[in-house]
Amino acid sequence: MSTHPHPWSRFRHDRAALVSAGVLVFMLAACVLSLPWSSAGMRVQRLDQARQAPSLQQPFGTDEVGRSVLWRTFYGGAISLSLGVLAAAIAVVIGTAYGAVAGLIGGRCDDLMMRIVDLLYALPTLLLVMLFTVSVGAALEHAHLLGREPVRLVVLVLAIGGVSWLTMARVVRGQVLSLREQPFIEAARALGLPTTRILLRHIVPNLIGHVIVFATLTVPQAILQESFLSFLGVGIQPPQATWGSLAADGVRQMNPVRFDWWVVAFPCAALSLTLLALNFVGDGLRDAFDVRGGRASQ
Amino acid sequence: MLRFALRRLLAFPLLLFAIYAVAVLLIMAAPGEGLETGEKELPPEVLAAKRAAYNYDQPWWQRYFWTWPKRLIWDRDLPAHQYEDWTVVEIMRAALPVSLQLGVLAFSLAVLLGIAGGVAAVAFRGRILEHISVGLCLIGISLPTFVIGTVLLVAVALWLKAVPVGGWGRPSQAILPAITLALPYAAYIARLLRSALLDAYAEDYIRTARAKGLTGARVLLDHALRNALLPVLSYLGPAAAAIFTGSFVVEKIFTIPGMGTHVVESINNRDQSLILATVMVYAVLLASFNLLVDLLYGVVDPRIRVGARPA
Repeated sequence: MSTHPHPWSRFRHDRAALVSAGVLVFMLAACVLSLPWSSAGMRVQRLDQARQAPSLQQPFGTDEVGRSVLWRTFYGGAISLSLGVLAAAIAVVIGTAYGAVAGLIGGRCDDLMMRIVDLLYALPTLLLVMLFTVSVGAALEHAHLLGREPVRLVVLVLAIGGVSWLTMARVVRGQVLSLREQPFIEAARALGLPTTRILLRHIVPNLIGHVIVFATLTVPQAILQESFLSFLGVGIQPPQATWGSLAADGVRQMNPVRFDWWVVAFPCAALSLTLLALNFVGDGLRDAFDVRGGRASQ
Repeated sequence: MLRFALRRLLAFPLLLFAIYAVAVLLIMAAPGEGLETGEKELPPEVLAAKRAAYNYDQPWWQRYFWTWPKRLIWDRDLPAHQYEDWTVVEIMRAALPVSLQLGVLAFSLAVLLGIAGGVAAVAFRGRILEHISVGLCLIGISLPTFVIGTVLLVAVALWLKAVPVGGWGRPSQAILPAITLALPYAAYIARLLRSALLDAYAEDYIRTARAKGLTGARVLLDHALRNALLPVLSYLGPAAAAIFTGSFVVEKIFTIPGMGTHVVESINNRDQSLILATVMVYAVLLASFNLLVDLLYGVVDPRIRVGARPA
């Protein structure tokens, strides 16, 4: 190990990844810190100021009912980012647990569990996510457990997280398979430690690198998934907004006669900048931790 | 090889049954039967007649696991809730071929463009073509399809007037939708192939091939590409799943009369018979495609066949 520099020092020499990390921190800070103002400002409708192009008073312009695109973009960013992070967190928990158990038990059980993952890879996930969002959302609303707005967010996070854990499970299982042949695990076994303790104390800490890399790459996927759902009308519901739903709303209003480019351009720019940055950071981390994933390295 | 294929085939009906069960469970989680049409309360006799027509008078297990599958597959008279004069089979027969054509077109385009892009990025390392390829990949992964599609629509169809704005039937109407749908997956395949090719170049057998005096193109296409295509091959299953369901989004942009509107409306209106039929059609389609890819993978990579697990 001593011949390899520490992952973080390798990451620090990756310029694209560093710049992207800076962009991400900036985006996150801007969206989260502005939340007290944006969550109120995004709803204020001023019909006398509808469809204004960007100006000094309205830096990002206004939409068709006079709401500030600036505040809507900031607010949408906060929702998009938290949705992405939460969905990735769910994917990490399910994927790591599933992969670690499969790798650790091994044998027929491992075969069966991985066959299930193979099969799930080919599911029409968009269909199932839509079905889950609408039906479970309706059931939760019916039960009056939460308000109408949080329900949609929670359901979307659950649905998107619930279908994004497959790659994670595969990667973690591969890593566990190679870890469990290592002498220190054998030593732990020889000491008679229970399996759960071996798993939690000796295996999981060695998975951190892989988990971080794939979690980073899952966040942009989740944000994109939500934008598709919003475009089809089953994502976040107004008055809430995400970058995806803002872009989808703007795109739907585009026509050759009226072309309010700012309504689409600013949320889209924020969205793609963030997705690019997340992908670059993910790739940078992958190189830094020297992680390979997917079926290719199985 | 035969045992491997048999095991895969046996898992197939189990998977389909599991998907059906999950879909039924999700539908039953939602309140209501989807028969209430909205504004006006239906008279009890009408509602009762409707419920009988859709077999809601039967217990749920009989309805979902016997009557509906039977009426869908053998009798072909299972009615859809929201289009009362149409059976589910008729709706599918009208809309599914359109979505499938678009999907197949986009899938082939994604594979071709992806492989070409990945090879070009490696073959022309450090030159303009690599930058073009990498740049297109970045657009593909960072913009949602509906934005790419709308921009293409406005630029090519409205400003340049090069192709019709929407609809389906003529080849010229298929160009923009297919490109829009294919681009993100072409980008992913190109990225996958590029990194696999770069890995392959670090292997000993490439040095051997070079030492034999083979030209750069021969080394790339005959030696490196053959191994680098394996990860691409294993991505085809997930890619097909994403492209065929992703076509719902593209259909909406270009007003293509495919499955997209039916899927979204059926889910929003809780049109249970149509939802179940759609989910199952796509499940069968994608699961068989994945089976095919798996078998192909077994043919190409002998390590899979014997069940050996390379460390």
